[in-house]
Amino acid sequence: MKLIVAIIKPATLDTIKSALQANGVPGMTVSEAHGFGRQKGHTEVYRGAEYIVDLIPKLRIEILVDDSDLDRVLDLVIATANTGSIGDGKAWVIPVESVVRIRTNERGTDAI
Amino acid sequence: MTAINTGDTAWILMSGALVLFMTPGLALFYGGMVRVKSTLNMMMMSFAAMGVTTILWVLYVYSLAFGPDIGHGLIGNMENVGLNKTITEVMGDPGHQYPKLAYVMFQLTFAIITVALLSGAIADRVKYGSWLIFVGIWITLVYAPIAHWAFASQNGHGGWIVDRLGALDFAGGTVVEINSGAGALALAIVLGRRHGFKTEAMRPHNMPIVLLGAGMLWFGWFGFNAGSALGASQLAATAMINTQIATATAAMSWLVYEKWRQGKATTLGVASGAIAGAVAITPACGFVTPLGALAIGLVGGVISAWAVSGKYIFNYDDSLDVVGVHGIGGLVGMIGVGLLATTTVNKMGGSGLFIHGSPHLLWKELIAAVATAAYSFALTFLIAKLLEKTIGFRVSRSIELEGLDTNMHAESAYDISTFTTR
Repeated sequence: MKLIVAIIKPATLDTIKSALQANGVPGMTVSEAHGFGRQKGHTEVYRGAEYIVDLIPKLRIEILVDDSDLDRVLDLVIATANTGSIGDGKAWVIPVESVVRIRTNERGTDAI
Repeated sequence: MTAINTGDTAWILMSGALVLFMTPGLALFYGGMVRVKSTLNMMMMSFAAMGVTTILWVLYVYSLAFGPDIGHGLIGNMENVGLNKTITEVMGDPGHQYPKLAYVMFQLTFAIITVALLSGAIADRVKYGSWLIFVGIWITLVYAPIAHWAFASQNGHGGWIVDRLGALDFAGGTVVEINSGAGALALAIVLGRRHGFKTEAMRPHNMPIVLLGAGMLWFGWFGFNAGSALGASQLAATAMINTQIATATAAMSWLVYEKWRQGKATTLGVASGAIAGAVAITPACGFVTPLGALAIGLVGGVISAWAVSGKYIFNYDDSLDVVGVHGIGGLVGMIGVGLLATTTVNKMGGSGLFIHGSPHLLWKELIAAVATAAYSFALTFLIAKLLEKTIGFRVSRSIELEGLDTNMHAESAYDISTFTTR
């Protein structure tokens, strides 16, 4: 089993979510995040004082997948998160040792 | 007992309520401009001004400010201590009389907002108990004398600015605006800069409440300025329309200035411009024509927008720009009176340089402005130093960095996460 983690542009969330749902991916977790990367921040102005806002708001999505689904789901996330402009984010994959569905105590792939 | 004029009385009573409403407005205006961690403390400073000032006003400050002059026009005597000789008295010209208590209430609300204005200069770093004591001392030693000088008109034998010098200040360009601006500068210098001034982002945390506060101030200002006509009169109508004109014009001129300087028209700019315009028209609203008010608003917005950068050049942390908006804005208004006042608006007023060609009135306005600024700066500086050397005025570095709200008030401004508890 694998965990796909992606940092994405907030505006792409709906497209990603719809694509995942349409392709039978059973779940995803979303949290708000801030960070910096190659994309530069923006400048805000308050009474003439300029502040550079360089921690940019992003979303962090996490998706548990069975090994056999990994490539298909990862490709889906990448395709839908890509706008072609700087700041589209990153995705990475982490091996997962075990997964438990809390209600039923199901283990492993059944819990995904 | 003389019959009071109910129309005039109703307007003065209403105006007192309108001006009181400005101070919660100021609390929102200032509260939204600071960082989240000290929001409540910022707003609490305004509410402290409402509490402490009211108590002392009744006990003796009204008497110092508006009691019969002790001579030389410097301060009132103790005749009205405990609001003695105010309860059944009336004031005003024959046919336009109103209860003296209506006047006591109306003037109280001016004292409240003036001291509350000072808190903007020292955001995020003051011990709350020391602030309460500061309010009491400042109202006594700074506000009462200056209010006496400029507001206590007593048939030529009252305050020196209004009765002896004959400078014109309709609603408090000296007493409220220049006074708070100069005092704010002294406080900012004595207390020193916030940690991270000029190096960390100290952005306003909630612009919508800043705008709401600015709106409340704008609304209340009609009581402040038109109420200062002390009657439901032609003059009150002039003061009201002039207030609207200057406030709206300065909101736009600040926007245009910052669009030119920084390339963006901002929310804080439109709110600040409105306040700067209301400030600038305060001394002038009962002495100039509507077109004069337009000119004062236009200039007031631009000059204040330019003046707020002064703190970065001279390196003092007037956190919320009391000096630039109120001090400089008040000065613009006093000069505006000296240039644009006309007796066609107010027979009791005067004629400015651009109306009659004589700089006579302008000099009087400048003397009143400079005297107010000098006295306020010097006394506020001394009071702040005294507090600093005795009970301490500034919080510790760790409290300042953690935020004043949890440390001093055991509260936090917002808990907007649905399920997690901090």
